[in-house]
Amino acid sequence: MLELKINGTIRRVDVEPEMPLLWVLRDHLGLLGTKYGCGINVCGACTVHIDGQAVRACSLPASKAVGKAIVTIEGLSPKGAAGLHRIQQAWIDHQVPQCGYCQTGMIMSAAALLAKNPSPSDADIDATMTNLCRCGTYARVREAIHALAGRPAAKKA
Amino acid sequence: MTAALSRREFLKASAAIGGGFALEFSFPAASNAAATPGKAVPEVNAWIVIHPDDRVVIRIARSEMGQGTQTALAQLVAEELDCDWARVSTEFASPNEHIRRNRIWGSMSTGGSMGVRSSQDYVRKAGASARDMLTRAAAARWQVPATECAAAAGVITHRPSGRTLRYGEVAADAARLSPPAEVVLRDPKDWKIAGKSIRRLDIPDKVLGRPVFGVDVTLPGMLHASIAQCPVFGGKVARVDARVAEKMRGVKKIVRENDFVAVVADSWWRADEALGKLGIEWDVGDHGRASNETIDAMLRDGLAAPDLPQAKKSGDAHAALATAAKVIEAEYRSPYLNHATLEPMTCTAWFKPDGTLEVWTSTQNGEASMAAAAEASGLPLEKIEVHKMMLGGGFGRRGGPQDFVIQGVKIARAMAGTPVKLMWSREEDMQHGFYRPASIVRMKAGLDARGNIVAMHTKIACPSILKVLMPQALGKDGIDFTAVRTFSDMPYAVPNQQVDYAQRNGHVPVGFWRAPGQQNGFYRECFIDELASAAGRDPVEYRLAMMSPGDKNRRVLEAVAKAAGWGATLPAGAFRGVAVVEGFGSFAATVAELTIDAAGEVKVLRIVVAIDSGHVVNPDNCRAQAESNVIYGLGPILYQDNNVRNGRIVETNFKNFRLPQIAEMPKVETVLVPSGGFWGGHGEPAILPLAPAVCNAVFAATGKRIRSLPLKHHDLRKA
Repeated sequence: MLELKINGTIRRVDVEPEMPLLWVLRDHLGLLGTKYGCGINVCGACTVHIDGQAVRACSLPASKAVGKAIVTIEGLSPKGAAGLHRIQQAWIDHQVPQCGYCQTGMIMSAAALLAKNPSPSDADIDATMTNLCRCGTYARVREAIHALAGRPAAKKA
Repeated sequence: MTAALSRREFLKASAAIGGGFALEFSFPAASNAAATPGKAVPEVNAWIVIHPDDRVVIRIARSEMGQGTQTALAQLVAEELDCDWARVSTEFASPNEHIRRNRIWGSMSTGGSMGVRSSQDYVRKAGASARDMLTRAAAARWQVPATECAAAAGVITHRPSGRTLRYGEVAADAARLSPPAEVVLRDPKDWKIAGKSIRRLDIPDKVLGRPVFGVDVTLPGMLHASIAQCPVFGGKVARVDARVAEKMRGVKKIVRENDFVAVVADSWWRADEALGKLGIEWDVGDHGRASNETIDAMLRDGLAAPDLPQAKKSGDAHAALATAAKVIEAEYRSPYLNHATLEPMTCTAWFKPDGTLEVWTSTQNGEASMAAAAEASGLPLEKIEVHKMMLGGGFGRRGGPQDFVIQGVKIARAMAGTPVKLMWSREEDMQHGFYRPASIVRMKAGLDARGNIVAMHTKIACPSILKVLMPQALGKDGIDFTAVRTFSDMPYAVPNQQVDYAQRNGHVPVGFWRAPGQQNGFYRECFIDELASAAGRDPVEYRLAMMSPGDKNRRVLEAVAKAAGWGATLPAGAFRGVAVVEGFGSFAATVAELTIDAAGEVKVLRIVVAIDSGHVVNPDNCRAQAESNVIYGLGPILYQDNNVRNGRIVETNFKNFRLPQIAEMPKVETVLVPSGGFWGGHGEPAILPLAPAVCNAVFAATGKRIRSLPLKHHDLRKA
């Protein structure tokens, strides 16, 4: 039995310690906003926060998350399920998502970046936002992050 | 625009598109109440539900895979209905109800950038017809002539008295009226809701991570399945040793079929872990030795074959080539490409105790999913319901092929009574696609003394997508229009043309990969660039000189040249290339700007794309689709390919099938130049001129002609 602190609540789950956190969230706890895309720590669709750090849940054994604060897309907004985090609002304002499948991971990565670096440069965004998107939302992701940092989107060289 | 809605016309239209096709109000005798017995759905017609509190629900027959068709179609209906957009929501039309109601929602197929352009007429008529019925219902309530009443923004007003009624107050009455015999559609210049950059309806749920995708389906008691298919296409299961796997935690069943093995467990990870512990022996069949080399030989054999079927013949290309001042020849090629939707293939199925089957899936064609479920289950269509979920990307993978539905249903049948959700691993998804065809094309052009093209002979060796997925659509002599397009319909005035097609299929399944046939744009537009260069002419001027005055290709080429500053000086180290290709009802031209560093790495900086789609329903979404085409098209330009060794696809996951990241996203400037009078698509056209524009810029930078992709196989370092 593992005890995990997810979105501020202690959840007990009877799973193997090596089960990746992604599958504990999705199949055992019904937190379906975190997605599977590759299973090998590349695409970032499964990004969650562990003690404030953006972590890819597909490659993290659940046992390694014990005792840490796990936040998923469902718990991102401080106002809870009814409200929007300012990043989610910016994503709406800039009409970022298309299919939307990668976007929860993208939003979690952006939230972790902005928490650490309130005004990231284009180079910071390039280095940190390594989530993969097939639909081509990248330009709008960049715009939305710059808007949140209170500065206009820099022209790309 | 006056639209007569006679039954005869609709039957004619059905025959023309080869499928069932009807509008409810074309059959006034069939009342809504009769069509949905026992269901108190306040529908005005099949497309529009209006609740007493004025909420408007618009039914969407096409699938939403990110392309924004859900919002665009709702805009078109709401425009003609003239309701309050803030009260509009949508729901996907039920495939089961679709069949029971004589295919009332037209086509459910979502591909070919067709969502708006092939249904705009009947969805707008549905909106206009409902507005007329609501107006007449209000007039009847007031006992005044309907001609004294007008409907706008969800309210009907009796002009002489100033009395008003809301749509919600008269919707039930309106539903009992006969639809009008004809409706007048609005001129697009008068649009208030359509034509505007309205925010997409699907985005609020998507940013919250609400469970909307096929992989998110959750049902009471549901189990999970992971699947293994023979790594060599066409192979079968020979032996399965389940001794270890069946004892693993959470495992409920091992399902063995002719061509796959699946493990059903209480979580997907447990199913997948057990799958990895199965001892599976495959009978790989006849294709275990197929490779890039054998596929190459197959295509070359096609090019060498005598008397190939001709997709086009005008004038006498052979004679004109024999007398041309200069003859230029080139061979181009492209590899197979996986769609790599970020959401893998998935299907949830449940054989219910009452003898019915329910299916939840990410599909580009709800009706095709239902047909696949019927085929796999043996149940009649009436006993099956398909719930269309949001797609985590489609790009053509989830329309024609319904392999995931057939598998999902077969797995659930082995667990009758229990819902089972099948999801493919990324590795299965990468190795069991319906790939963009690999092809080789030889082009031969004759120029006159001034460099004008007097003859062009093109030979195309390419597997046929239609042969695999839509054999009934193959042309005469097996000509597949997706394999010959862009050559069979060149915008350039070349007096002598011949296009030969060698259909060579191989064992790798091929499918509709975003803008099927788009590799021909790469071939043709790079070759035209070679000819312009041989003629010593500017690539834009050379193309324009061969186009007729009213051609929309000219319009977009001129627009992109202007917007990109063609001819103006570029920053040091930057180079540009241009291309123009039409397709999917629209016209697109692109100028690409890039740099190449000392290591030979290409960095695409700026893409300017001009598109004429006739009408534009949501400009911001059209720009988003152009951005989407750029990033989807950039991977195969830079580094994506699928290779074949020992009969199987070599690439397994994103570590060896690389996807572009945010750092690689060029600045995309979309120039919409709608000229009116026709309806073109937006989901695909912008990808068409992308690869040739980039490769022509590479030539400008290096002097090297790129005749095959991806660029990673070319050494672009300065010599």
